Amino acid sequence: MNDASTLAKVPRARRSKAIAAWRELKKAPWSAWFGMIVLTGYIVVALFAPLIAPYGESEVVSPGSFDVWSAQYWFGTDQLGRDILSRMIYAARNSMGIAFAATAVAFITGGLLGIVAALLRGWVDQVASRLVDAVMAIPSLIFALMVLAIFEKTEVYHIILVIGFVDATRVFRLTRAVAMNVVSLDFVEAARLRGEGTGWIVRREIIPNIMPPLLTEFGLRYCFVFLTISALSFLGLGLQPPTADWGAMVKETATLFTYARDDFQAGITPLLPAGAIALLTVSINFIVDWFLHKTSGLRDGQ
Amino acid sequence: MANDNTKRPGREKGEILLEMRDLKIEGESDDIWHPIIKGINLTLRRGEVLGLIGESGAGKSTLGIAAMGFARPGCRFTGGSIVFDGIDMLKTSEEEKRKLRGSRISYVAQSAAAAFNPAHRLIDQTIETETQHGIRDSKSAVADAVDLYGRLRLPDPTTIGERYPHQVSGGQLQRVMTAMAITCRPDLIIFDEPTTALDVTTQVEVLASIRSIVEEFNTAAIYITHDLAVVAQMADRIMVLRHGKLVEESPTREMLSAPKEEYTKSLWAVRGLAKPEAHSDDTILSIEHVDAAYGNADKILDDVSVRIPRGRTVAVVGESGSGKSTLARVVTGLLPPSKGRVLFNGEPLPPALGQRDKEMLRRIQMIYQSPDTALNPRHRIYDVIGRPLNFYHGLTGPKLEQRIVDLLKMIELDESFIDRLPSEISGGQKQRVCIARALAAEPELIICDEVTSALDQIVQEEILKLLLRLQAEFDISYMFITHDIATVRAIADEIVVMNQGKVVEQGTKTEVLSPPYPAYTELLLSSVPEMDPDWLNNLLQKRQVKSE
Repeated sequence: MNDASTLAKVPRARRSKAIAAWRELKKAPWSAWFGMIVLTGYIVVALFAPLIAPYGESEVVSPGSFDVWSAQYWFGTDQLGRDILSRMIYAARNSMGIAFAATAVAFITGGLLGIVAALLRGWVDQVASRLVDAVMAIPSLIFALMVLAIFEKTEVYHIILVIGFVDATRVFRLTRAVAMNVVSLDFVEAARLRGEGTGWIVRREIIPNIMPPLLTEFGLRYCFVFLTISALSFLGLGLQPPTADWGAMVKETATLFTYARDDFQAGITPLLPAGAIALLTVSINFIVDWFLHKTSGLRDGQ
Repeated sequence: MANDNTKRPGREKGEILLEMRDLKIEGESDDIWHPIIKGINLTLRRGEVLGLIGESGAGKSTLGIAAMGFARPGCRFTGGSIVFDGIDMLKTSEEEKRKLRGSRISYVAQSAAAAFNPAHRLIDQTIETETQHGIRDSKSAVADAVDLYGRLRLPDPTTIGERYPHQVSGGQLQRVMTAMAITCRPDLIIFDEPTTALDVTTQVEVLASIRSIVEEFNTAAIYITHDLAVVAQMADRIMVLRHGKLVEESPTREMLSAPKEEYTKSLWAVRGLAKPEAHSDDTILSIEHVDAAYGNADKILDDVSVRIPRGRTVAVVGESGSGKSTLARVVTGLLPPSKGRVLFNGEPLPPALGQRDKEMLRRIQMIYQSPDTALNPRHRIYDVIGRPLNFYHGLTGPKLEQRIVDLLKMIELDESFIDRLPSEISGGQKQRVCIARALAAEPELIICDEVTSALDQIVQEEILKLLLRLQAEFDISYMFITHDIATVRAIADEIVVMNQGKVVEQGTKTEVLSPPYPAYTELLLSSVPEMDPDWLNNLLQKRQVKSE
């Protein structure tokens, strides 16, 4: 179709976009830079976990349990004698990857449904909206627990689909609202009058115009999903052992809290995976804040 | 009525109230500061009304707001002085300025609908300033507001304040806003295009109200507008601004009878444009006894029949709510009629959009009122014009690009525009791009929905000339929806006057625009402001005589 013809124009547009992006980056506040650097660090750790981690994910390295911090095991070992540092590094991979997949599922289903509901209105909108209302009426964590309890053994894709489904309802609401504003504009009507199909209108007329709020929501939603997975793991219904996960690790090492009076290092060990979650959440929020500020500022200028 | 001219000479004796000397204001975009106001001197005496006129971007609103010592976010004062009644507005503290604003200087914005808080009653918002500033207790403030409502000739002055903003009409809201501005008996009121968003018949009432109340309280006013005929009724003196500089300044009558500068003369231009009417018996579109409604609501269109001859322009004239835009929606298929039919080239058009094939859609195109919302802000001009070419005619690659360049030439833009985004071009250029998008389909009929009303006078003239030229070149028929009679004179062959969903009158331009008129046509035509500064006085007198 017209994709071939637009190709000729792409280099020009892309170069100017890259320059504009770099100019924006240079103006970014320190908090956004902090967020981006930390996030990059997390991603590097997640990608190269086998190279960075001194031991394997579920490798039992010590005969005892709960070894103290040492040069050999930096953060000690857990109840089965596995190296905590190594498990934290592998957990970055699991927790972040699964959260990303679940968020993506939520956005693809909820987002598309939201746009279509806004565009077609009528009974499509009614059915989708009421369905979403019904699902949202159930507290999300309880809903996830209920559904996961059905399966005998929780697989990774169960978690992704269940959390993706629950969060898709929130994404649906947002997307429908922002898309509604765009749908009422004349250029969408012009496209309709031209005879364009629904697919084209969604792809070319609506999505490019609702991207900024959606990307922002993606960042925030990712944090929530991440926390939900950690919460599920903490409750024992998330990732199944021996897979490492920060939420589950907090639970596994929680008993160490009681030793805090005698051994300070042991006492803060459960806080390490919790801190990893907190740092990531804060970093993503910094980036999202900056992005939100930037895009809303741009809109004022227009 | 307190608008006899005997009062005017007395007002001019007033002392100087506001004085700006060599004022300079800059605005920021993309980290660069651009001058917006480039050294303007302005003097305003007590009781005087000063008209500021110019196209958008001339800096007239910025100047008006500056009188309050305020620069919009992203703007800054870089030089000169503003002295209001002995107070240097640029040096005095924020605290001091805040005390002045509302109580001694007030502001009436263009869109009253956007300026009112929808969650509060009108009366509470009207008296808010004076009770805030501690000028009056709320009881006497309410009594005063009711008195003002009466003077502004609002219906039911005692109870209208109990309503919420959405429960009154646009013209009434604008008058409530004027009441709000005058509650503190300010020395100066700034009116920023207060009637631009209103229908002509409503505009007359608001203009008369504003003028009588300004005269009654001997308030000085700055009246900002782009409509010369309006400013002629309101102002004692007119300043013409362009690109942040003063072009010409003189008393109203002098300015109207003998404008000195070329630019000032060109502001009149669109009013002088007149097309000789032509006729044709070959019908391209014929709307037959159409009824239409949204859902189960009342009929918006009631037995409407309109004929559009091929290669000609039919202007559909009426106020907002008259059903003229709904008529366009019926023709385009967005709103299937509940009764009646539409014939295109003698063949019945399928009523709903979904039932029409591509070829049918191609032959009827549409141009919108606001080019800002009619263009997708994320699409380059290449995509905007290229899409219909590719969609209807299957053009691709170099052929497509060549055709886009040709179309750009047709709308008098050069090919450097091809890569730009809508945000990178002016309003008039955007409207041209919209025209090119419609042209790209090679249509037989173009529906123009208020296509010039969002544009400046000079740009309006250019767009109208372009449309006329394209009509002559390609034999396109226009269904031209508008509320502006000057535009009708400029472009129409035939006129359809609509009111409350019905066709009031239909005929050739000369037939409709010359007497005898049906009552509604007369009201509509007489409400269109004319350049004559006595127009409003005469009109009000005439109407008063009639009602007595």
